[in-house]
Amino acid sequence: MAEAAAPTVAVLDYGSGNVHSAVKALEAAGAQVTLTRDRQAVMDADGLLVPGVGAFAAVMEQLRDVRGDELVERRLAGGRKVMGICVGMQVMFENGLEHGIDTEGLGEWPGAVTQLDAPVLPHMGWNTVEAAEGSTLFRGIEDERFYFVHSYAAKDWTLDVYGAFAQPKVTYATHGQRFIAAVENGPLTATQFHPEKSGEAGLKLLANWIESL
Amino acid sequence: MTVAVRVIPCLDVANGRVVKGVNFLNLQDSGDPVELASRYYAQGADEITFLDVTATVEDRSTMYDIVERTAETLFIPLTVGGGVRTADDVARLLSHGADKIGVNSAAIRRPELIDDIAARFGAQVIVLSLDVLRDNSAPSGFLVTTHGGREKTTLDALVWAREAIDRGAGELLVNSIDADGTKAGFDIELIAAMREISSVPVIASGGAGQLDHFLPAITAGADAVLAASVFHSGTFTVGDVKRALSEGGVTVR
Repeated sequence: MAEAAAPTVAVLDYGSGNVHSAVKALEAAGAQVTLTRDRQAVMDADGLLVPGVGAFAAVMEQLRDVRGDELVERRLAGGRKVMGICVGMQVMFENGLEHGIDTEGLGEWPGAVTQLDAPVLPHMGWNTVEAAEGSTLFRGIEDERFYFVHSYAAKDWTLDVYGAFAQPKVTYATHGQRFIAAVENGPLTATQFHPEKSGEAGLKLLANWIESL
Repeated sequence: MTVAVRVIPCLDVANGRVVKGVNFLNLQDSGDPVELASRYYAQGADEITFLDVTATVEDRSTMYDIVERTAETLFIPLTVGGGVRTADDVARLLSHGADKIGVNSAAIRRPELIDDIAARFGAQVIVLSLDVLRDNSAPSGFLVTTHGGREKTTLDALVWAREAIDRGAGELLVNSIDADGTKAGFDIELIAAMREISSVPVIASGGAGQLDHFLPAITAGADAVLAASVFHSGTFTVGDVKRALSEGGVTVR
């Protein structure tokens, strides 16, 4: 019975890095998980997870190849939950600037993803976050460390939300400079770090997201 | 709000078993890799590194299986090195659950391998593994070796590290052949020299024998420390190392 009630999560399979861990971590956190690029399966799942490692431009190209851009757009238009991880978060912004190449992102959020100003890059390892007030994602794990591995990030949150919509919850971290570590904005959630590689704290974060589905 | 120093147990794997010897000789059985990795996860390891030290073609499938089984239960980063020759090898290891890939001799033979991997998977995937020997034939005094230190190259370790970073290596695993297995402490001068030329994280490896060996490596500029036999033998735990570092004023998880 308990198993039948578990929320379903589709992990978007578009050839990006180590998705094995994302699948296993979501399962450990209590979801029924499918690794898929099938349109119907992606649309039907309670949640869609968009992983992503590597270069912004390469990830965008791979996403478009499986029409992942449309799938994300459609789900969000219907208020269906989507979560992006690492470059899967970065592509939610308007554009990414890497190695002098400016690539258009999915544009769900305004702003650009640019290189961090820090003496040692990539920002690799376990760091703390300034969890957004009232965050659902970080409930119970506000003071934990999470595993980051990236050289680029979005630094400024410029989306103003009016009217009946809930204000976005923006969580920051610092490596050389302050950057956006996570966003909870209506149906769209994203983390710059890897919850699936952040030990027990990461599993708790995924469980918090799964509970919201 | 700073990134924590990482403590990384390294598991040298041969024929599906964890082994460790002195200067890569006299390999001794230290147990089951998946079991040991789980123990270190419970102790608070920040990452796990598997090094396939036989790396013959027949043993490859064994390693994939070990990586996959480990990644099913351990939700921390997993680095796998040893015998990686092509970007396709990397793809296969990533698909079995590895997060980072150590490259060593294949990149020395064909440096473009680093460019290939970086282009396909990103720089953060590539750990350049260096087995460094103190040798006057290198201008810096630090020479790159292969085959676990048994064969000398003509590459200066600092020059090679810089080139590898330019080509897309995201991290340096700096192993001192002189210190490896001696339990007499890390080669601090080597770590400091690497920090000087490196814009990417540096992992100090080789020579850890006592708890007070770790702090000097961090002070010299390492972002992470790696050790093997002291953990396998139970001399101390990952937690002990973190406590020692923390008492020395270093931020750990």
